[in-house]
Amino acid sequence: MKQSDFLKIVFPFKDKVFRFAKRLLVSSEEAEDATQELFLKLWKNKEKIAEYKNVEAFAMTMTKNYCYDRLKSKQASNLTLIHSNYKEKDTSLDKKIEYRDSVNQVHRLIQNLPEQQKIIIQLRDIEQYDFDEISKMVDMQPTAVRVALSRARKKIRQELTKTHNYGVS
Amino acid sequence: MELANIEKLVEKYLNAETSLQEEATLKNYFTEGTIAPHLQEYESMFCYFTISKQETFTKTIQLETKKPSGKNLKWLSVAASFALLVSVFIGSQEYEKYQQEKTFTQVSYALNMLSLNLKKGERAIQKVQTYENTINTILK
Repeated sequence: MKQSDFLKIVFPFKDKVFRFAKRLLVSSEEAEDATQELFLKLWKNKEKIAEYKNVEAFAMTMTKNYCYDRLKSKQASNLTLIHSNYKEKDTSLDKKIEYRDSVNQVHRLIQNLPEQQKIIIQLRDIEQYDFDEISKMVDMQPTAVRVALSRARKKIRQELTKTHNYGVS
Repeated sequence: MELANIEKLVEKYLNAETSLQEEATLKNYFTEGTIAPHLQEYESMFCYFTISKQETFTKTIQLETKKPSGKNLKWLSVAASFALLVSVFIGSQEYEKYQQEKTFTQVSYALNMLSLNLKKGERAIQKVQTYENTINTILK
């Protein structure tokens, strides 16, 4: 397999990998490093790629595991993640400050969810994978995925309703 | 899309029973057009999902960061072994030369000493010969 062939396979989901990594690792730099590292790993195992039925799902699973490792090693070395994405790249849509605030609040709410729910929200609501794919990626039963997803969505909704009614954020 | 329908979909959505298509419908409803007041809190949620999906990985994927250095190392080792071979060869040659010079100086020193001593002996013999000649002339 040549580099160009490999990139052709990998290109469609590089953004998904990056966003997924960023969801777990928080900082953009960390996520960029993780994405780079992941594709290097995939490239080294390029002979096996043909054997996988779904390279994308496999890559997402790898991303999840890699990010977990990163997080674990950070905890072990007693480092905390410093979130310093000074500029958010979503300037085109933030017309109202109020609106932007509530959108940022969703971001915070998702960050506060348990890891597993965070992952599932990312995979379903942002990347729109179907339940079978998600259950493969996270190695869970589809029903368990649904339960976790439902919990996560309800939790976000609940928090949003709270701030919506009281006007505090 | 009717409001009642959306409400039904929202309910299903919270129970994670919606299909991807139904979720797309919801997303459309909440990101475009007007939203019913009692569903307002979902707006930021779906907007956030839409915005999040727009973020992209802007760097280029580099697949060969480590290979060039490995190549260099290989060539470096070849060069180093070659240099070692050459230096050992030249070194042994130089050592031989040095040894030869050393023996040469030693031999020449010894020969010098020999010739010096020989000269001394010759002079002594000359003296003796002159002495003998004189005696001979006197005795004749």
